[in-house]
Amino acid sequence: MRLNYPTNVKIIRVPCTGKVDTIHILRAFEKGADGVCVIGCMEGDCHYNSGNFRARKRVEQASHLLEQIGIGGERVKMFNLSSGEGPRFAQYAVEMTERVTALGPNPIKLARKRAAA
Amino acid sequence: MTAVNPYNKNLDDRRATFIEYPQAVPLAFAIDPKVCIGCGLCENICLAKAVRYADRIKESALRVGAVILSSGSEGYDPSGLDYFGYGRSPNVVTSEEFERILSASGPYRGHVMRPLDREEPRRIAWIQCVGSRDTNRCGNGYCSSVCCMYAIKEAMIAKEHIHGDLDCTIFNMDIRTFGKDYEKYYLRARDKEGVQFVKARIHTVDPIAETGDLAVRYVDESGAIREEIFSMVVLSVGLQIPRASVALAGQLGIELNKYNFVATDPFLPVTTSRPGIYTCGVFQGPKDIPSSITEASAAACAAGRDLAAARGTETRSIEIPDEIDVSGETPRIGVFVCNCGINIGGIVKVQEVQDYAATLPNVVYTDQNLFTCSQDTQDKIKDKIKAHRLNRVVVAACTPKTHEPMFQETLQACGINKYLFEMANIRNQNSWIHSNDPPAATRKAKDLVRAAVARAGTLHPLEEKKISVIPRALVVGGGVAGMNAALGLANQGFEAVLVEKEEKLGGLANRLTHTIEGADVGAYVDDLIRKVNDHPKIQVQTQSLIVGFTGFKGNFSTEVLVGPGMYERKIAHGAVVLATGAREYQPKEYGYGEDPRVVTQLELGARLAEKGAGDLNEVVMIQCVGSRNEENPNCSRICCQSAIKNALHIKAENPDANVYVLYRDIRTYGLLEDYYTEARAKGVLFFRYSPERPPEVVAGEAGVAVTFEDPILGRRLQVSADLLALSAGMVAEDTEELGSIMKLARNAEGYFMEAHVKLRPVEMATEGVFVCGTAHSPKLLSETIAQAYAAASRATTFLSQSEMTLSAVVAQVDADKCASCLVCVRSCPYGVPRINAEGVSEIDPALCHGCGICAGECPAKAIELNWYEDDQLLCKVEALLEGVL
Repeated sequence: MRLNYPTNVKIIRVPCTGKVDTIHILRAFEKGADGVCVIGCMEGDCHYNSGNFRARKRVEQASHLLEQIGIGGERVKMFNLSSGEGPRFAQYAVEMTERVTALGPNPIKLARKRAAA
Repeated sequence: MTAVNPYNKNLDDRRATFIEYPQAVPLAFAIDPKVCIGCGLCENICLAKAVRYADRIKESALRVGAVILSSGSEGYDPSGLDYFGYGRSPNVVTSEEFERILSASGPYRGHVMRPLDREEPRRIAWIQCVGSRDTNRCGNGYCSSVCCMYAIKEAMIAKEHIHGDLDCTIFNMDIRTFGKDYEKYYLRARDKEGVQFVKARIHTVDPIAETGDLAVRYVDESGAIREEIFSMVVLSVGLQIPRASVALAGQLGIELNKYNFVATDPFLPVTTSRPGIYTCGVFQGPKDIPSSITEASAAACAAGRDLAAARGTETRSIEIPDEIDVSGETPRIGVFVCNCGINIGGIVKVQEVQDYAATLPNVVYTDQNLFTCSQDTQDKIKDKIKAHRLNRVVVAACTPKTHEPMFQETLQACGINKYLFEMANIRNQNSWIHSNDPPAATRKAKDLVRAAVARAGTLHPLEEKKISVIPRALVVGGGVAGMNAALGLANQGFEAVLVEKEEKLGGLANRLTHTIEGADVGAYVDDLIRKVNDHPKIQVQTQSLIVGFTGFKGNFSTEVLVGPGMYERKIAHGAVVLATGAREYQPKEYGYGEDPRVVTQLELGARLAEKGAGDLNEVVMIQCVGSRNEENPNCSRICCQSAIKNALHIKAENPDANVYVLYRDIRTYGLLEDYYTEARAKGVLFFRYSPERPPEVVAGEAGVAVTFEDPILGRRLQVSADLLALSAGMVAEDTEELGSIMKLARNAEGYFMEAHVKLRPVEMATEGVFVCGTAHSPKLLSETIAQAYAAASRATTFLSQSEMTLSAVVAQVDADKCASCLVCVRSCPYGVPRINAEGVSEIDPALCHGCGICAGECPAKAIELNWYEDDQLLCKVEALLEGVL
């Protein structure tokens, strides 16, 4: 469909969102990511029955941790869509970019900059 | 050049060179010859020289052993029915057009708008039975079977897409949600989502010029004429057979019925009038997707029987060289960057990406190709793998979904393990979507290549296990479904062991006399039992009870207690077909069991066969007894036709008898509608009752007094019946114990659950286990037979392989780290992990589906999913974010 979305969105492939671990999400922030989306099947329509529910819980957990350590829980979000919904993917990619832009850079980045200066 | 886009039902335009739709297979461009002006531009610009204007339709002859006709249907064209306003207002659309309007790849990108002014509609009306159940205007007397469900679905999705208020009204004669769990969906739409259902006949739909709205005039159930205004009207058009299919059938000498569906026998549902030619899908009769898919497998089974002797005679095998052991070697990565013609090369600076790749760790060779997927490039890659002793390969090109297997074959041909491969998607996820910013696209391509190279460095060879397959199936249940499944397997050359808990084969069909078409069920079942007992490949074990079940796909072992002596037998088999059946509900309602004049439809059928109907002058039938209620929310599918079958039987023997059918919706779907029409023509009286005010029954000496309301007269009527027949629903046989022994999922009503409602209707989630007949859901004999063939066919795809290759992408437990906390046992959707004799978790690779949920959940990080190990994912995360901090 060749739908445009921002170039800062990069995809890592997993067999199921159920494989996405909290540590994977946290590592991204540790290394300077400004936001992470976990994108899985529609709820109730998971290819592996229940993987996306597990992912939702882990995303909530990661969000909670990020909030507590001051990075911001809103920087991680779970989206659900079916494989035929390209336009929705693009829409979510734009939404997430806008959300993260509004939040500003990952505080770890700023802290590093300050430390360097 | 632009052309009208028929895929989106002419609601938008496309180019003269086009891909028909995003999911098309093959996903290749075509040229529309009607619009092409032959300018030669595309031919000149195509680097792959793939455009050939001179291509013409070619005729070729194939020698085959069997033919399957599955040419499908087309939506009814309502242009001829002027009173619906179709063609007079663009805001009157067919359901097919509305389907495209809802679609994300449709003309409005999934935004619900009406065509006239692109306004979001506030009120939408669906008009059911357009081109169906209509012998007056269009001649399609049958029910199209699918429109009630799709109209409900369209209403639900429209409500979801329009976030504000949207009123949806479905005008119908009967709501026919007769499929498995369909009634629950209907109830959800009506009670939770607020979709309105109005029983009505439509008089006219008139466009209102000023607003673009539509005035719908209809006759309601009381006979009053009403008018309502809607912003849009959707015509739920029926299915019909295209003229081309009729011509094809003529050419092949296949008999069609009066509606142009293929004529089939109720006991041979996929067999046409010409030997060796089979049919499936809507060409056989109106049906939905799950039934079409089931029937497709059934036709494959029937054809497979004819072809059994030739199985495996025309196959070719690929020689794969022995694998080179690269474990312990430092990674030597080769990176091949693709231009994909101008798809990537036109946006991304490929040379720059290639040069960048050469600077990455462990990369010893880089190259770029015009088309990395072409055959000559594969040969080139093979040469380079050998020349540079590459032990990991990265291709930066398109999506692994389509191309990964091909590149993996290239690796295997050089003796490199196929899991030492990684792709960077710099086309679909980069050049295509960032064409407006080429420098950013080049930067992103480098990022993606860096991540792919990082992951490639962490990959290690994985072994794909091979397991042998026992070419024998266990069929559980000896009714019509089980016997047909066993015969379907045996006639294709596979052994079947048929276990039945009763003394006699036949199941519920033993209680049936005739089908509605008039076919003799008793004779059929006797013949089936004889065939099963005589078949050298079928072993029949009656009075058998399954007590143990272990193993995995291809290698199951089942423990059975056989016969009155209960001697134990172990059966080794590669597949299972569940055909445990259902029985008739034993009513607690309406005085059943207290008065001998209150019977079920099955009992009435038996009585009619035995004693006839000469002594029956007043017969009342009550529908939906034990169905569509709180205890059993689903429709039992078969009871409407059972009632009409028995009513017709009574009318045939005793035309003066009065037969009253008290119903909620008459659900004579498909071609069964003809019998409903016939029953009304013969004077059978139908009265709708509402579940809130059910009929009242008082058995007295003179007769069984049945009081009910007539919605048209608006009065209560009373009939003193000689006989009251209750259309008792179907109840699944008790399989609770079997389900728990075999670890198989059942729904709330005790029917076995298929792997996917639509796409895998006869497979269970456990691989190698299949389900058919009324163990799956209530269904007719012909449907049971088709599903039994289908289960046999799906089982055959398993049993015909001498050995099976298992994917290496499975979870593995590190026993040293495992704390036996049971998290994996509880989180696995398939119940695979178990605690072994050593007290640690063990995951059988033959059973694992490879989702990685357990790996994600394991608190001790003792489980890794092969090829998606934590390191292999984290290094990608880190590589993508390199330089950010």
